[in-house]
Amino acid sequence: MNLDFSTLAGAQDFLWQGFKYSLTLTVSSMVFGIFFGTLLAMARMSSIKPLSLAAAGYVNLFRSVPLVLVIFWFYILVPLLTGVDVGAERSAFLTFAIFEAAYYCEIIRAGIQSIPRGQIAAGQAMGFSYGQNMRYVILPQAFRNVVPLLLTQTIVLFQDTSLVYVVGATDLLGAADKVAHRDNTLVEMYMLVALIYFSISFALSQAVKRLHARIAIVR
Amino acid sequence: MSQYQWNWSVVLEQVSGTEEFYYQWLAAGLGWTVATALSAWVLALVVGSLIGILRTVPSKPVAALATAYVEVFRNIPLIVQMFLWFFVLPELVPHNLGIWMKQSMPLPEFTTAVIALGFFTSARVAEQVRTGILALPRGQKNAGLAMGFTLGQTYRYVLLPMAYRIVIPPLTSEFMNIFKNSAVALAIGLTELTFQMRQITGEYAPANPIEVMTVVSALYLLVAFSVNRVMALIERKTRVPGYISGGH
Repeated sequence: MNLDFSTLAGAQDFLWQGFKYSLTLTVSSMVFGIFFGTLLAMARMSSIKPLSLAAAGYVNLFRSVPLVLVIFWFYILVPLLTGVDVGAERSAFLTFAIFEAAYYCEIIRAGIQSIPRGQIAAGQAMGFSYGQNMRYVILPQAFRNVVPLLLTQTIVLFQDTSLVYVVGATDLLGAADKVAHRDNTLVEMYMLVALIYFSISFALSQAVKRLHARIAIVR
Repeated sequence: MSQYQWNWSVVLEQVSGTEEFYYQWLAAGLGWTVATALSAWVLALVVGSLIGILRTVPSKPVAALATAYVEVFRNIPLIVQMFLWFFVLPELVPHNLGIWMKQSMPLPEFTTAVIALGFFTSARVAEQVRTGILALPRGQKNAGLAMGFTLGQTYRYVLLPMAYRIVIPPLTSEFMNIFKNSAVALAIGLTELTFQMRQITGEYAPANPIEVMTVVSALYLLVAFSVNRVMALIERKTRVPGYISGGH
């Protein structure tokens, strides 16, 4: 078995493009996922029954079906509903934001539930409205409690972006796969991709572990 | 969208040019999904338990090796692991074995999917088993050893029976995940449920993707619900009186 990495030099620009797409997709899904996830968590804990039921239905639906299936859902549905052929790369941004919101929602909800009830009452006694109470009292503490969980979920998300391969998008894996088939270097390319994903995910998860030890609130 | 022709009976229709019906394809897909998930779960439980136990033993080098195992399988995406098992491993093993894996291994996609998914999930199971063992009071292990049990017997009769009960809820979600993750195996050509959906909506009945996707999603929801109920039953049957949620 001889490994041949000589074709790598010519392919590195293409691989870098794919890697940049993977990173962009990860960061964008994290930002939108946490934003929608926070709204969902507030809706799930709302005292307005229809709102909390709808949010719970949303979260349970997306947590019960495979991500691969949801990627196909949006890949097929978006052109059908809008009439515009947006392509695999762009439909993935919508897919991941909507899918990840369900997972981030559960983490943020756990964070909000970890806040002592007295904090809400204290905010109300200060004359804060619901929005002000959330903005200045509850959410800052809730987020601080779950930052390590949010980051761990983001590492999972980073690995999951490789699934856009199934609709032919050119992420890191997609780019490596195309190079591998062109140059007949399947073994080298897949090993390289595995190594890249491993290095990044491992380094990040070690960093999260250290952060977790540092920012835990001492009560 | 306005000219979309709804046709919910599409799944009952015959596949043109064949003797088969679409619902038979979906049923076959569901069969492969369940078979893959259950086989991989057996592998994940056995290997995961072993690794999880090894992470808690007194020997430093053994625990470090087990930790390295968990990190490797947790930090590489599942689809990449599938490709490593399917395309890369046959090239790295001795020549004759590689030829056998590529040409005469029975059910190559299914076998590879079970192995890849099993080992991927085993790292997660190992983390849960370890958490369960570490959640037990230190005195339990000492008590076992003081009774004259060997370390192996202490694990078998004292630590593990309690540890497994503690981690049934997280194991339930891993068990549900393995059904969802089995869909990734379509990338190596396993004809499971999502593969069938892609095939039907792509080539055979492209006019009615929404109906087919809805039916397939409902099947996944049904599987998730059933697994959840079964695990809740196991949790009820195995609970220990006197513990939280243990009743009287």
